[in-house]
Amino acid sequence: MIELNPFIIFFAAIFTNNMIFSNFLGMCSYIAVSKEIPTSLGLGQAVTFVLTFTTIINYLIYHYILVPLNLDYLRFIVFIISIAAFVQLLEMIVERYLPNLYYALGIFLPLITVNCAILGVSLFMIIRKYNFLQSIGFSIGSGIGWTLAIVALAGIRQKLKNASVPKGLEGPGITLIITGLMALAFIGFSGIVQIQ
Amino acid sequence: MNEIIITTVAVTGISAIFALLLTLAERTIGNYGEVKLVINEEKEYTVEGGSSLLSTLIEEKIFIPSACGGKGTCGYCKVKVLEGGGPVLATEIPFMTEEELADHVRLSCQCKVKEDIKIEIPEELFNVKEFEAQVEELEDMTAEIKRLRVRLPEGEEISFKPGQFIQLMAPKYEGNDEEVYRAYSIASSPLDKNHIELFIGYVPNGICTTYVHKHLKIGDKVKINGPYGDFYFNNDNDREIILVAAGTGIAPIISILKYMKTYDIKRKATFYFGAKTPDDLFLLDFFKDLEETLYDFKYVPTLTRTTEEHNWQGETGRVNNAIDKYLENGENKEAYLCGNMRMIETMVGALVEKGLAEELIYFDKFD
Repeated sequence: MIELNPFIIFFAAIFTNNMIFSNFLGMCSYIAVSKEIPTSLGLGQAVTFVLTFTTIINYLIYHYILVPLNLDYLRFIVFIISIAAFVQLLEMIVERYLPNLYYALGIFLPLITVNCAILGVSLFMIIRKYNFLQSIGFSIGSGIGWTLAIVALAGIRQKLKNASVPKGLEGPGITLIITGLMALAFIGFSGIVQIQ
Repeated sequence: MNEIIITTVAVTGISAIFALLLTLAERTIGNYGEVKLVINEEKEYTVEGGSSLLSTLIEEKIFIPSACGGKGTCGYCKVKVLEGGGPVLATEIPFMTEEELADHVRLSCQCKVKEDIKIEIPEELFNVKEFEAQVEELEDMTAEIKRLRVRLPEGEEISFKPGQFIQLMAPKYEGNDEEVYRAYSIASSPLDKNHIELFIGYVPNGICTTYVHKHLKIGDKVKINGPYGDFYFNNDNDREIILVAAGTGIAPIISILKYMKTYDIKRKATFYFGAKTPDDLFLLDFFKDLEETLYDFKYVPTLTRTTEEHNWQGETGRVNNAIDKYLENGENKEAYLCGNMRMIETMVGALVEKGLAEELIYFDKFD
């Protein structure tokens, strides 16, 4: 593994290794909540927020609890538990102390517990052997990349309301086709930098 | 062996730490202490803050109609929040009209009680109670409609107006993993305060209808709450009455007719009932008896799908055809309609065309 600058990983996670367009992770909320730009932007912000913090927590748990105890095969189950618990905790804290943020993002938080992009980032961080700073760069970048993808899709879907889509392709069908086309465009970036 | 123990201990330990953290957070961060809840400027409650307005009200035995059980998907649990509910959430906006937003209407399942709060609810909701009733009779009326009669617990009473509805809870059962409430109109007489009768049609994959049709047995306990609704019989005039129903929409009409019979109300009434085939008609003896005993009552079943074999002598086509035939003009008449959206819309159109005043056409729309 070449030592990559965290900033390079950050940009790569947004453009060349976008969670949605190169890994197809976090698809359920990506398809379900991408009908309007403001809501998808809210969800994207919440995902970025949670992604960053859960990655830090999971990094610490993995390197300071699981590895010393030789239990790294438990990472799947432990990461799921820590993400679920953290989202709960975060929801309570935000609701109490940051009411404005809660009204903007709060309703999306429970949705995020089951967003696989979050678990994906924690697992990739280990497979790719990132250090702490690289992990932070990767998580923030992945969050922003995810936001970029869902907001772009929401923009397209808003336009799509006026288009006549064949009956059998309405809703998720056409959304997946659009996502495929968007992924093709994003893969065009992939020669710039390799992080995996 | 050692590995198994370490694995178990590690997973349990980590989960326990998170559980402990969450419990601590719940006690400290999630604890909003006691807050004041004022309803309609007069009733004041001191409640535990932190949960949704809907569940806080249920704690205080005030029931707001809600079909989804507080998940923000049905949009029924609207209340006016005058002070202290925070801004309207994105989850509520799809259910609100612009007037409602301007009027401070909120979905009570989404609005959280975190500070002193002032709300306004219709006075009659104070009358709503919850009962754990016992199934007394369960009978097939047609292939698709069952009559369900339940008895309220000893000493408890429900007072409702003929035409109103209650909510029946479908519990968890095999194939359904959530508790949901569904609204059904009451078919029993308002004078029988210890029983509730419902007509429940079978909807394939319907959570509550499947429960009633496939799982419920005589003697079972069911949870109901009510009464609700602003569709009810007005007896403050002597206008002629036009009753129209299709399918299970017959329930509130039956309640109205029972009420009329008990009080011997001397108003002319005609009941148009829409169905497909003669097999869909039921309670024929009941209506025959009413035609003889009520002051001036006529039952007009109208069928849309008759064949030669049925040998049907009565009316055919949609209900508006029968109205065209029997109703000369709409002067000094009022109408009570109950059925699905499409039927109500066509009927309101047909009745207005006949000259009925639109404000005298009362209806209860099903989804």
